[in-house]
Amino acid sequence: MNNIVNINIDGKKIKAIKGENLVDVARDNGFHIPTLCYYKKLFPLATCRICTVNINGRNTTACTTKVDEGMLIKTNTNELLENRKAIIEMLFAEGNHFCPSCEKSGNCEMQNLGYLMGITHTRYPHLYREKPVDFTPHRMLMNANRCILCKRCVEEIKTKEGKRVFSFVKRGNRTTVQIDYKQERKLTDNEAIQAMHICPVGAILVKGESSGKPFGERKYDFLNQAIQPKLKNKKFELKEGEKFVVGTTSLAGCFGCHMSLLDIDEELLDIIEIVEFNKSPLTDIKGFNKHCHVGLIEGGCANSENVHVLQDFRDNCDVLIAFGECAIMGGIPAMRNFVPLKETLEEAYLNGITTVLGADVVPAHEDIPKLLDKVYPINEVVDVDYYIPGCPPNAQHIWKVVKSILLNEEIPISHEEFKYD
Amino acid sequence: MKVAHNPKRTQLMAVIWEIQRKKRFVSHDDITKIAKLFNLSRMEVEGVVTFYHFFHRQHAGNFTIYLNDSIVGQHAGMKDITTVFEKELGIKTGQVTDDKMFGLFETSCIGLSDMEPACLINFKPFVNLTPEKVRYIIRALKDGAKVSEICDDPKSKIRYTPGDRAVFFGAYQSFSALKNLEKKPEDIVDLIKQSKLAGRGGAFFPTGLKWQFARQHKADKKYLICNADEGEPGTFKDRVLMQEKPELLIEGMILSAYAIGASEGFIYLRGEYMYLKEDLEKVIQNYRDKGYLGKKIVGKDFDFDIHIHMGAGAYVCGEETALIHSMEGKRGEPGTKEYFPVEKGYLEKPTLVNNVETLCSVTKILDMGVENWLKLGTDKTPGTKIFSVSGDCKYPGIYEIEWGMKVKDLLELTKAENPHYILQNGYSGKCLHPLDFERPISGESVLPDGVEVSVNNPDEYKQKMSNVGIKSGGAFMIFNSDRNILEIIKNVQQFFVNESCGVCVPCRVGNFLLNIKLNKILNEKVTEKDLNELVHWSKIIRTNSRCGLGMSSSNALMDTYEKFPQIFEKLTADNKNQNEKFDLEKATGEYEKIITEIYTDYE
Repeated sequence: MNNIVNINIDGKKIKAIKGENLVDVARDNGFHIPTLCYYKKLFPLATCRICTVNINGRNTTACTTKVDEGMLIKTNTNELLENRKAIIEMLFAEGNHFCPSCEKSGNCEMQNLGYLMGITHTRYPHLYREKPVDFTPHRMLMNANRCILCKRCVEEIKTKEGKRVFSFVKRGNRTTVQIDYKQERKLTDNEAIQAMHICPVGAILVKGESSGKPFGERKYDFLNQAIQPKLKNKKFELKEGEKFVVGTTSLAGCFGCHMSLLDIDEELLDIIEIVEFNKSPLTDIKGFNKHCHVGLIEGGCANSENVHVLQDFRDNCDVLIAFGECAIMGGIPAMRNFVPLKETLEEAYLNGITTVLGADVVPAHEDIPKLLDKVYPINEVVDVDYYIPGCPPNAQHIWKVVKSILLNEEIPISHEEFKYD
Repeated sequence: MKVAHNPKRTQLMAVIWEIQRKKRFVSHDDITKIAKLFNLSRMEVEGVVTFYHFFHRQHAGNFTIYLNDSIVGQHAGMKDITTVFEKELGIKTGQVTDDKMFGLFETSCIGLSDMEPACLINFKPFVNLTPEKVRYIIRALKDGAKVSEICDDPKSKIRYTPGDRAVFFGAYQSFSALKNLEKKPEDIVDLIKQSKLAGRGGAFFPTGLKWQFARQHKADKKYLICNADEGEPGTFKDRVLMQEKPELLIEGMILSAYAIGASEGFIYLRGEYMYLKEDLEKVIQNYRDKGYLGKKIVGKDFDFDIHIHMGAGAYVCGEETALIHSMEGKRGEPGTKEYFPVEKGYLEKPTLVNNVETLCSVTKILDMGVENWLKLGTDKTPGTKIFSVSGDCKYPGIYEIEWGMKVKDLLELTKAENPHYILQNGYSGKCLHPLDFERPISGESVLPDGVEVSVNNPDEYKQKMSNVGIKSGGAFMIFNSDRNILEIIKNVQQFFVNESCGVCVPCRVGNFLLNIKLNKILNEKVTEKDLNELVHWSKIIRTNSRCGLGMSSSNALMDTYEKFPQIFEKLTADNKNQNEKFDLEKATGEYEKIITEIYTDYE
């Protein structure tokens, strides 16, 4: 048959039907090319660029490639892996992705790609731009904070008359997806739910239909792919009889990460054999009286005191670890980043429903820490060496990372221990 | 404009233009009406309207003023001009006066770089602005003058042509090239292939090959589109060709349509050039009257006509698939590249998209004969090339040069004083260092992709590069040694943030983040890490974006980084003693201000 072509994927010779989509051909032959916007029923959208591969020396998206004779395809060179990671990080930085408070968490395709790539934080600064949540449509709501502009809904969800329900509006970095209210009403219930399901993230929700499954039963909870941490610091040398010194603190956080820290239960007894705690809420030591090997930071920086404490940790610890979403990307406290500071203060102290008549004063005193203009992830304030995501991070994850660093051995983190929520 | 009861979607932009021109904005109700007329969802029309810079959802002023914010304009004093406009009108840029009389906006390069500072008022050009002139314009408009009465007629000076070897600006007898219609279409394609003509929009794709593909694909209808969306900052050659030599363009279109078998042609004219439309239409009508457009042209089985489609302010529409989407009445987003337009283009039919200068070349090549054309220029790049020269030189304007001329000779002609930094292909191209001035402008000995020679060793660079041709699209922006190169780069990067269509992640988010990083580098404390990230992020954008915009948005930045490393090194050196990364004072400044305000109010 002359419609069979010979291609080469990562060194393996493969026969395929000419014109087949490369993503599908690769998958059928055991090569996983990660995709995000790709949705097999549609013509390729090629918006996310995650599936970029190298064909005959040139980078191009696999989802738009039809296989042809003699194609030499590389799917996972270091450069390609790095680029994919960067693109996912761009999306996390661009949107306001608070996994712990998202209905789609655990079923989110972008989050899952983050897990598979072992992304712990973004190299890019989070933009924290205010984006609308549109509750107006009859059955749906559209949360622009989470939208990644993959275009699936735009191309796929149409009324029986063929009119679009979702459209891109504006241009460039101001582009948003908006729902046409009139057309949305024409969708059947099933079509509305379909729209929610094809959204790879949690941007489109159907009112009353978004109850999630419990942890452990969600789509991407168990994939049996361990994440291998990479050590970048030198080995610590201990003198006879010495223990490793660890400091911990909670900045603008809820102490949940510290609670999780204690969740390894009886294993704590083993840890205490090799570790002593210095400055930490666990010991109630207020100031450093020893230089630490490792400092664990929970929470982001919301005020001037947080900054001072953090800088103190940086000065007194060889290795600094951000643990928990707040330290990594601001977390729940960073939700104030969309509101002007003045409004935030007024809402908290003057106009809120809990303010007492006559006590409506914005507190200010030289002893009270000054609020920062926004909540900063700690890596925007000092250099951070390692990141442990989660809200809170899994106890095993925390200790595996700490042990890896202290004992200089790379202990793999299992998929179920690696979470953003 | 009369709109049929059941209009085709391709008329959508024209309808929106009509409303925008009449009312100065497109209202919510207008969009609802348009949606009903075209049988589209309301939000889809909203998406089209909001994609284009020149379509406004709020009243843009009876006199809508667009100030060019490109770097050449700024160097020519646009900042002062803007201040005068703002002061005289009592509004800031981006605002409209209370009486809706004036609206003041910024826009990307308007193709008048040799007459900066320049602006458009209701899409009529005003050039070489001075504070006095601005005051005069505003007074006149307030006193009831018509824009068309007081606007300028921007004629670029043609500063240089190679005498009797000139192609574009040499003598030409109208209609003379059309005698080639006696040849067989496939022979014309062959002639163009022999001529080695390559796409003059700046991508240099072999024109003959493109024609061959377009000719090969069988279809009941084929289209020809002239890309006159000359959006690259610093270029204005296509404008000049359309003003001075429209017959070359129209005849080039007739000949190429004949060669590939197209029956309908369009000129996609950028919104900024709306003032050229009327004259172009007259020229087209003249060809129609003479029987060169319409049915059975010169008695052959060849029907062809040309229409003008107005763009509405989107640089990305210069990309041919985006341009086609725009003509189809959609958002001007580039396609997925599954098909080339010559296979499946406008309305899914084979479509040939060629630049103005390319089509004008066709007319002259066929008229003078390929053998004469091949005698001009160099072996790989025969013929001449038009350069739009702007910036720091005594004679900005149009230069028609033979390929092979050295950069220094062109600079000599322009009487540039202390040229130090040149953007040789607009904002999307690379830059030239004084060490490059010995190099020829041509397609000869061009280095293969990825091969770079460092300027760190000037002697080696000169020796290795002296014969390496510079294949330039012709937007030649000269900057002297007094100019701040980082300020130029900043303008370039901001341009790409503004003009990214937003459809793919690396370009939309990457350019935005890159710009934040660049601004940090320019305004704050810089570390080596910042510079490394700048390079790394640029590479990610370049290698992953969907279309040429993202692929070339960091060209100037990266090439500058390579060729002028000392500028960037100086930034980090200046900050050696400032290891403290976080600016606490700045971060708490807002809080202190608010607290002070509150407690002052109480007293």
